[in-house]
Amino acid sequence: MYTSEFAYKKANSVAEALSLLQQHPDAKLLAGGHSLIPTMKLRLAAPSALIDISKVAELRGVRKENDTLVIGAMTTYHELETSNLLKAHCPLLPQAVYLIGDPMVRAKGTIGGSLAHADPAADLPASMLALGAKIKAQGPNGTRVIEADDFFTGMFSTALQEGEILTEIHIPILEGAKMAYAKFPHPASRYAVVGVAVVVDGGNVRAAVTGAGEHAMRLGKLEQALSGQPLTTANIAAACQGLLSPGNLNHDLAASREYRAHLVDVMAKRALMQAAGL
Amino acid sequence: MANKFFGKAMKRVEDPRFITGTGNYTDDMSLPGMAEAAMVRSPYAHAHIKKIDASRALTYPGVLAVITGQEMKDAGINGIPTGWLHPGIKTPPHYAITIDKARHVGDIVAAVIAESRQIAEDAAQLVEVDYEPLPAVALGSDALKPGAPAVHDDVPDNVCFTWSIGDKAAVDAAFASAYKTVKLNLRNNRLVPNAMEPRASLAQYLKASDEYTLWTTSQNPHIHRLLIAAFIMGIPEHKLRVIAPDVGGGFGSKIYQYPEEIIVLYAAKKLNRPVKWTARRSESFVTDSHGRDHETVAEMAVDQNGKITAVRVDTIANMGAYLTTFAPAVPTYLYGCLLAGTYTTPHIYCHVTAPFTHTTPVDAYRGAGRPEATYLLERLVDVMAHELGMDPVEFRRKNLIPPDAFPYQTPVALQYDSGNYEANLDKALEMVGYQDLRRQQAELRKQGRYIGIGAITFIEACGLAPSALVGSLGAQAGQWESALVRVMPTGKVEVFTGTHSHGQGHETAFAQVVADELQIPVEDVVLVHGDTGRMPYGWGSYGSRSAPTGLSAIVLATRKITDKAKKIAAHLLEASPDDIVHEDGKFMVKGVPDKAKTFFDIALMAHLAHNYPADLEPGLEATHFYDPKNFVYPFGTHIAVVEVDPDTGKVKLLRYLSVDDCGPVINPLIADGQVHGGIAQGLGQALLEEAVYDKEGQILSGNFLEYTLPRADDMVQIEHDHTVTPCPHNPLGIKGIGEAGTIASTAAVANAVMDALRPFGIVHLDMPYTPEKVWRAIHGSRLAQAAD
Amino acid sequence: MADKVHIKVVVNGVERHSEVEPRLLLVHYLRETLGLTGTHVGCDTSQCGACTVHVDGQAVKSCTMFAVQADGSSVTTIEGLGSPGSLHPVQEGFWEMHGLQCGFCTPGMIMATVDLLNKNPNPSEAEIRHALEGNYCRCTGYHNIVRAVQYAADKMAGKVGVAADD
Repeated sequence: MYTSEFAYKKANSVAEALSLLQQHPDAKLLAGGHSLIPTMKLRLAAPSALIDISKVAELRGVRKENDTLVIGAMTTYHELETSNLLKAHCPLLPQAVYLIGDPMVRAKGTIGGSLAHADPAADLPASMLALGAKIKAQGPNGTRVIEADDFFTGMFSTALQEGEILTEIHIPILEGAKMAYAKFPHPASRYAVVGVAVVVDGGNVRAAVTGAGEHAMRLGKLEQALSGQPLTTANIAAACQGLLSPGNLNHDLAASREYRAHLVDVMAKRALMQAAGL
Repeated sequence: MANKFFGKAMKRVEDPRFITGTGNYTDDMSLPGMAEAAMVRSPYAHAHIKKIDASRALTYPGVLAVITGQEMKDAGINGIPTGWLHPGIKTPPHYAITIDKARHVGDIVAAVIAESRQIAEDAAQLVEVDYEPLPAVALGSDALKPGAPAVHDDVPDNVCFTWSIGDKAAVDAAFASAYKTVKLNLRNNRLVPNAMEPRASLAQYLKASDEYTLWTTSQNPHIHRLLIAAFIMGIPEHKLRVIAPDVGGGFGSKIYQYPEEIIVLYAAKKLNRPVKWTARRSESFVTDSHGRDHETVAEMAVDQNGKITAVRVDTIANMGAYLTTFAPAVPTYLYGCLLAGTYTTPHIYCHVTAPFTHTTPVDAYRGAGRPEATYLLERLVDVMAHELGMDPVEFRRKNLIPPDAFPYQTPVALQYDSGNYEANLDKALEMVGYQDLRRQQAELRKQGRYIGIGAITFIEACGLAPSALVGSLGAQAGQWESALVRVMPTGKVEVFTGTHSHGQGHETAFAQVVADELQIPVEDVVLVHGDTGRMPYGWGSYGSRSAPTGLSAIVLATRKITDKAKKIAAHLLEASPDDIVHEDGKFMVKGVPDKAKTFFDIALMAHLAHNYPADLEPGLEATHFYDPKNFVYPFGTHIAVVEVDPDTGKVKLLRYLSVDDCGPVINPLIADGQVHGGIAQGLGQALLEEAVYDKEGQILSGNFLEYTLPRADDMVQIEHDHTVTPCPHNPLGIKGIGEAGTIASTAAVANAVMDALRPFGIVHLDMPYTPEKVWRAIHGSRLAQAAD
Repeated sequence: MADKVHIKVVVNGVERHSEVEPRLLLVHYLRETLGLTGTHVGCDTSQCGACTVHVDGQAVKSCTMFAVQADGSSVTTIEGLGSPGSLHPVQEGFWEMHGLQCGFCTPGMIMATVDLLNKNPNPSEAEIRHALEGNYCRCTGYHNIVRAVQYAADKMAGKVGVAADD
């Protein structure tokens, strides 16, 4: 159970990581490793070097800056799950994280690693979209901020450019907003077959789905149907119908396109019912 | 004799090493100078191997050898034989490393031996194999179609064997005159056993003495030694020692003679170095023999009184690409002979066609044939009960074999030894609160909730097996068991058994029995197993045989010790052996309790022999070879309660209850544990597990990301109890318990799910009941209802 | 061969210095370099949890971490948890409640349980089952594993022991 050979470089700062990336153009960044290492063990990936950024102090932790929560990219799932700041200001994330993998995966896996990897079945991308997060990246040419809506561009592909490192996630604090994540896990892998995150901020509804398509996406039809409407059981049920057409959705042993489309409706409904306390 | 330990829930003596990480599994071992192996495996289900170029691999630093099938054949290594033959069976060669063609994904094409596992894995990628992919067939019924690609050139129609049992004419007549009949087309899903310890083998060759030692993950080391010595490698049997150290679960998958064991033995001699191979899990998925995989047409006939008059079964049993050790026995004698179940069905006929396919071999997996039989029979019973408008439990009750009918001769060869099925059923119904449960189910249905109850009765035949009988049925092996009980001068006792414990707790349970027999402290007894160099011949552990067969041998050997001890005691106490009684741990003259000798006194004198009967051999040890008169027939009632989420199709287990009867229970902690684990595996088949192949013979669920093993949150705490109906033909009256849970639970869970889906008009779905499958069935029926 | 890297790891309280290939997984470092074979490998997709150990007090899958990543860390394996004479309450629970059969998943299961009870000393049955999602057992059906965890939780809370057979 061995990977191919590679050189190991440990970065102690973002600046060092950026410079290592310049020196090793086909290197991969190593964060929690729970996506990358299994792929390497099956020898489906064989990078010449790994740049370990998991212990870069400036990339870790959750802090509050005015009306924004700032999450370091290398903050682990476990840290998100137990963060009092998140529990108080963004309960969606601890709730969603609790459903990721298992405790050992959550001990190592990081939010930045997951977002940058952009697995179409990863849990957190849905929450990022529903929360309207901003993703901060640092590269050789400086720092930029990418809207979550623009971040996920395809299966395992993001708006990050070569040589860039995802450094922070900025989440607007929506005091009093109702939020929930409903997930239908893959029976074996426990990734999301479909996961729907919803954030209801006053009359404004934001909803997004992961697992359904090539990448996580907003559920525009649902948002339009419910924004400004009272969150009643009847309204929710009426809105959660035919949210996505099966045609472009993922399909695998666990779920056909048609079934996935149906699960999107069901999970959207469940997330909304939970958010609404119904 | 009062039992001090029998029946007691004693903590296991095995556990201290396992809970402290000091167990000794095969992969834990390393020997000085050890090399390691990695296999080059076919990525194709069917392909010509046109050329193997190992030159790049051989120049990779640290590579010691690349071994091909041709090389091994040229060295005189034969193919791996099967251990069970039927008339007319086709047994094409099964070489450890295939030579001309790859016949399933994972078939070994070459073996790389290197200084380390890393290097071997690196170099395995450098072996260049020129494959010409060929059309493949994965499904049994597809393999039987005209023009299907042949797996073996000398078996052009892919038919390995056909087999039948029962009186077809009588069955057909019963169907012709039946009041009602039902018919189901069933697919019994293919499973991957997935013992948590992947297989591993370590071979050592000593040039000076020309002796081999093989440490391997085996349930039956003697069978390995016999097959390797007599059939495959021609090693003199006394020059090969096979050791199965701690083995991390087997469930059947570690019975068989596997190619890698032959390869490491061959490589160890070739290189004159120890060689180890350990499977990765993804190798396990394509190389450990799979289980089940039937396509069946099953029918049942009843008369107007609701009595079952006939069962008719036609099954295609997929053998995979090669026959492994017991494969031909599984869908035949372990299956067709079980179709009476617990019922008085007078006429049964079963026909089986067993094709080769381009898939991993299929052989015994926990239950082996009996879960398949129980599943189809209990599905038929539930469907028929519904047809008759009867409660399925009452329909069963009407057809149960009554307690005064034992020994009961079925129409499919078996004679059940003992049973009390209705009392067992009643106990389970009372425990579960069956009538209340049905009321709750009806209530909840009104609220739009879909609860299902599956209550099944089952029988199994285990405790393999009367040797003459299995020999007449095709076994190429005996199925008796041996024991050697050796008392040391200090009164400590070593017990050597031919069975093997890989999770079953024999070291504890067998010691409890021996300690009671000899009336000594349980900690004075140690069990030795799993080493052909230490114990007498034996046939290993499978088919729930260890307690009924292996322990019977131990008990009878122990009684020889007691008899001899009485003679020694009589001499020491100057009495007649007939006047010696063995009570309270002492040998004493009947009625004179102060004239007594302890077991220690006897053991010491047996070895000193200073003051000793003139006509008695010194020493205190005894061997017994026990050949059972019949199988044993455990039985029970299992009840599953599930809820189906109609929105997602997901099935949730709410309750599971079992009342098992395996005769007297030696250690309830261990016996109950066997039942719990068996239930989880059977539930896995019903709800989660399936080895899915595509048309090209690629396995689509070949790792834990796709193949769903039951996890903690798929299970509930199991409600469990026993009834006790002793076996009349072995010394302790015990029956086996290792497979009962698996045999029963698949059917119980399946019937529960189908019961929950009844309101949608769904009569039958094939396992596993994955969410989408259930949702589609519901969805389809709702659409149909809407259209009405 | 890629350059070896020097690592310093405190394993079960003992400081170890090793030169390792970067690709050496922590589990192989423990098993093959240090001979701590109590930690097992049950799969190659980071699912089964047989390789669970603690790194800096947190349960992780040692098959999904390179040894170089443990540089400077403290690792506890099953061998460092307790010995037959002085078992950890979780080890004791698995023994008392028959929470193991073949024993192969057991070290990982025990290390995951210790981690659970560190984080949640009084878990409900549902919480136990959720927390053990990353640890497969093929033998026990998890029934007695759940009871073993409950036993250990009670024991660690100073409650009276539970009967071995209910």
